[in-house]
Amino acid sequence: MNQPSKYAIETRGLNIFYGDFQAVKDISLQFERNRITAIIGPSGCGKSTVLRAFNRMNDFVPSAHATGEVLYHDQNINHPSVDAVQLRRLIGMVFQKPNPFPKSIYDNIAWGAKMNGFRGNTDDLVEETLRQAALWDEVKDNLKRSALALSGGQQQRLCIARALAVRPEIILMDEPCSALDPIATLKIEDLMRELSQNYTIIIVTHNMQQAARASDYTAFFTMDTDRSGIMVEYNETSLIFTKPKDQRTEDYITGRFG
Amino acid sequence: MKQMEPKTFGSNQEMQDAEKNFLHRRHQRARLAQSVFQLTTLLAVIFLATLLVTVVNKSMGYVVVENKVDPSTLSDRPLSELNNTELAQMLRENLRKNRVRTLERAGFLEDQSQSTLVQLVETEIIQPEVVESYNLFPSLINSSKIKADAASTYPNAKVEFRYWLNGTLLTNSMASQPELAGVRSALLGSLQLILITILTAFPIGVGAAIYLEEYASHKSRINRLIQTNIDNLAGVPSIVYGILGLALFVRALQPFTSGALFGVDGQNGRTILSAGLTMALLILPILIINAQEAIRSVPDSLRQASYGLGATRWQTIWHHVLPGALPGILTGTILAISRAIGETAPLIVVGASTFITSDPTGPFSSFTALPIQIYNWTTRPQPAFQHIAAAAILVLLIALLSLNAAAILLRNRFAKRV
Repeated sequence: MNQPSKYAIETRGLNIFYGDFQAVKDISLQFERNRITAIIGPSGCGKSTVLRAFNRMNDFVPSAHATGEVLYHDQNINHPSVDAVQLRRLIGMVFQKPNPFPKSIYDNIAWGAKMNGFRGNTDDLVEETLRQAALWDEVKDNLKRSALALSGGQQQRLCIARALAVRPEIILMDEPCSALDPIATLKIEDLMRELSQNYTIIIVTHNMQQAARASDYTAFFTMDTDRSGIMVEYNETSLIFTKPKDQRTEDYITGRFG
Repeated sequence: MKQMEPKTFGSNQEMQDAEKNFLHRRHQRARLAQSVFQLTTLLAVIFLATLLVTVVNKSMGYVVVENKVDPSTLSDRPLSELNNTELAQMLRENLRKNRVRTLERAGFLEDQSQSTLVQLVETEIIQPEVVESYNLFPSLINSSKIKADAASTYPNAKVEFRYWLNGTLLTNSMASQPELAGVRSALLGSLQLILITILTAFPIGVGAAIYLEEYASHKSRINRLIQTNIDNLAGVPSIVYGILGLALFVRALQPFTSGALFGVDGQNGRTILSAGLTMALLILPILIINAQEAIRSVPDSLRQASYGLGATRWQTIWHHVLPGALPGILTGTILAISRAIGETAPLIVVGASTFITSDPTGPFSSFTALPIQIYNWTTRPQPAFQHIAAAAILVLLIALLSLNAAAILLRNRFAKRV
């Protein structure tokens, strides 16, 4: 066995292009294991693009391509030999808008596991993941009901449970609370804290309070003069929000811009 | 009732008046637009109603029937109550020896079924002939005058009210006497034709749509060329497809379409299979375009969710894209079936027969189809054929509606599963 690398994911000089346009420039970041790392920054600075590079979801954008390295288990995942299908099981994703499948709650969770060759007891898996996602008590009597009948916050927790059901190591969250009300948002944040004991969580957020409340580390992105995204500062969340080293970070978090 | 002066809000009287005028003009325009749309809908309904009324009008009404031989001179009892021996006896007595010999070529008259014998007595001896026929509306309005006219012009004839859409029409095949002609072989031909068409076009069309939407890069020049071609092919006149079908299926692929490859002898390429494949080509563009539209309407967030869980492309398509797109795909299929079942021109070109008295026996038999039969009847001089044509149009419409209803039921089943 290889010595497991210290970080869950590490990027080295990551550049991502959409056609000729460089969306992000030279990103080097290390994401700690079993921690919550937030990526914040103004709209259009490439936060989501970077996040989607971690499980190769950018493959579905025909014009997108990346240079540089994204290291996961010491392997550059942009290498053509890496199987993106397996990668996406290990690095799960929760999207901005809750997007449960138009199936029952039960099937939403069982489907992904089944597709990935799950052979165990599905009932147990559904209960376990719904408990992990703090949704079990609300839906345990209605598992056969359509997932679309749930509220937005419940749907988003179902999406998290669905991601957990395929046994990932890392969970990427792309503004998971932007479509939710404050109470549902708090529930998701509590859930993230709970999950971070076993999973590495990387969250992109517009909401600085959320980053401050819920994350251990924070990376601040902004745009340079070519409108390409760059990383300005990366540190422990408490330091970023109390003693930012960079003037741009301070301007952003104090609300002077962005 | 006096119209109420609408209330407007504002402090300044002058401004209020100006605004009131402006509001009034806007509401006027809105009402105008509404009435235009109501009018167009009304027009469409009128056209449809006219079509139906015309067809129904022709499909029933009084007929004046003259029998060559009065059935009462043959027997005191109705024909249906006679047994085989009596019927066979009747045939032998009233027909020439040669005719009897021709009829007995397959076996003795006595051995045939009673209904066949009754039919033979009717066609060979009684030979009813419609000498005069009327549409539904004249029959309803002038019933007494029609009866009086008939009595004076044809003293031996009977006047009866006839629904041309009757059991005989459905169970008989084409015949040279309109009283005996039916749509049986044409209806069966049409159904088999549609079956072959759907079985061919549906998988190919949906497959092509999946490829174009889910796999093909929209930037590639070849794919854009293919897309443009498909869009344009949907508008190509059907006769052109007929000529293509003639060249390709009837001629070039004759060993296949005639069944010679499968040991079927004595057929040329003008078979149901050729016609079905031609029809499949014809509806393929419509099917592909509709299926593409349906696939495109499946939200991308579902695909992302599926991929995000580590599903392969095929798992995503099979479990999420296709179930989501299926109702739309079936709607497109309904449209395509409707088009195919009514098409006439390509069938004429690929060689549908107009006079066929036997049922189609499978993909390699020669055939006729409902639109062909209708077209043929409308071109015949005997007025009775016009009535049969109208009745056959009703059969075609009913067949079309039943097929569509089946597709809609299927669609609703899939749509409800969510």
